[in-house]
Amino acid sequence: MSPLAIDVWQSTDFIQGLYIVAFALFVYGLSLLTGPNTAIRGNRLAAVGMAIAVVATLLNEDVADWELMALGVAIGTAVGIPAARSVKMTAMPQMVALFNGVGGGAVALIAWVEFRNSNGFADTTLAVVIPSMIAAIVGSVSFWGSNIAFAKLQAILPGKPITFGRAQQVLTLVIAIAAVGGAVAICAGSHSQGIFILVLVAAALLGNLLVLPIGGADMPVVISLLNALTGLSAAATGVAFDNTALIVAGMIVGASGSILTNLMAKAMNRSIVSIIAGGFGGGGTGGEEGETPAGVPEDATVRSTSAADTAIQLSYASKVVVVPGYGMAVAQAQHAVKELASELEKRGIEISYAIHPVAGRMPGHMNVLLAEADVPYEQLKEMDDVNPEFSRTDVSLVIGANDVTNPAANSDPDSPIYGMPILNVNESESIIVLKRSMSPGFAGIDNALYYDAKTQMLFGDAKESVAEVLGEVQAL
Amino acid sequence: MSVLPTVLAATESSQLAEDHVLTNLAILVLAGFVGYAVISKVPNTLHTPLMSGTNAIHGIVVLAGLLTIGLAVGFLNDLLLVIAIAFGTINVVGGFLVTDRMLEMFKKKPSKAPADTEASTE
Repeated sequence: MSPLAIDVWQSTDFIQGLYIVAFALFVYGLSLLTGPNTAIRGNRLAAVGMAIAVVATLLNEDVADWELMALGVAIGTAVGIPAARSVKMTAMPQMVALFNGVGGGAVALIAWVEFRNSNGFADTTLAVVIPSMIAAIVGSVSFWGSNIAFAKLQAILPGKPITFGRAQQVLTLVIAIAAVGGAVAICAGSHSQGIFILVLVAAALLGNLLVLPIGGADMPVVISLLNALTGLSAAATGVAFDNTALIVAGMIVGASGSILTNLMAKAMNRSIVSIIAGGFGGGGTGGEEGETPAGVPEDATVRSTSAADTAIQLSYASKVVVVPGYGMAVAQAQHAVKELASELEKRGIEISYAIHPVAGRMPGHMNVLLAEADVPYEQLKEMDDVNPEFSRTDVSLVIGANDVTNPAANSDPDSPIYGMPILNVNESESIIVLKRSMSPGFAGIDNALYYDAKTQMLFGDAKESVAEVLGEVQAL
Repeated sequence: MSVLPTVLAATESSQLAEDHVLTNLAILVLAGFVGYAVISKVPNTLHTPLMSGTNAIHGIVVLAGLLTIGLAVGFLNDLLLVIAIAFGTINVVGGFLVTDRMLEMFKKKPSKAPADTEASTE
């Protein structure tokens, strides 16, 4: 290659051009995610975009230290590929949390090295210092927040909210002030690495304090929020590095995460602030053991049923709606559920699945599990589409879902979940609830649905129960 | 952008960032709107793949690590950057792969014959 040719390949314009191709592929790829048949191509196009962006970066003539780069990439690949290959679909929320966390961690580390490289941002303009400090704080919050979310989902930490009582909010505020104050000091010209580390540590504590008080049911909101934060921190890094690819990619992720966070919060009828501020406010109408929930007659009782009875009811139905929840994921019951559904379909029974937006631990969690079990995409119904169908439904089969079916959300203004859009399961002819025990859901609220005269409870592990019912259906 | 010489030193890159800060902020804002428009159309059903796909995209910070490592001096800086690059690579590679795996399951044509339910668990 002649020297001239090398100049062309390494020119800023050429590299910028490749970046434009890269982010165009990101946007086009994401726009293909609107349907299951084009989505796979969309994701691959985005991956090609990423490869182009990496190649473009490596063309930069001041890029050096290839051995160290290769080392980092090799470690990352060696960890990332097996993790992505082997993860179970039921463990997807914690995997996404983990991948998200390392992204945030990378952002924070790069900001720190930038600081060290330039002798504490000496001779660095505010146009670099400000976005770098934003990246350091947000990246660190996201890294630690995601790790806590991972630990909770993986049951390393208890899923219940962990709070420090009244001190919590004061503590959070003090630490947030420390992080922002330190960042301001550095923007104002301090070159002290001590202050920078203080900012990183404060942001790390902030990430812990934000996610520790989050209950399991609020996880979909938090995971979306952390995703948005990492995206925004990447965009901030892009501004500091004057790198268009980073800005566009980071911001698109920031926007998408924000949309999802908002959708999830709306689906729970709660503000993002109230979720971040801590779990459900102390039980509300929780009620004592043995007491019936508010709005339910005192003499109402819970009726339990057997697998054989369930099988008979299902076999004589003409329309069955399955309502899955986190309990199905925990019991890994999705394959058994699909088998039961197929057996019923063989008998001419119409099957569909009602998916609440916040069922499970991340947006769309149930859909992934059911898709894994080969449930046809067309049978997965969103809340607004399926709700009018319940009144025509013979049997609703609720599998490990709780709060999203609680009619108190519609009828009891005192209930902590009042106003949350729910699946109107109680409108169907009869309801069978598969549940491990009578313990309340993550929100800690008793479910009035269980006391409904049309409801029968089938207690036990969801997977075993479904398998038993399947056996009984086949024996009929 | 203009025919500026390729960045050589931290101060020069700092200068460039200052020159372009308004352009970059404009790109930032527009990208936000583009993201909003594109992603609003994704159905609830595909929210998990959407999350893990966008998750992979923010792994693009690995570029910043690649750009910095040549300028970094000293063991600690190198170590921090190797970790950062490894983190970014996990984010990108793992994110895209896991999304691909998930979407592969969604793509499967509905098996009209209910008999073949022995779903293959990869």
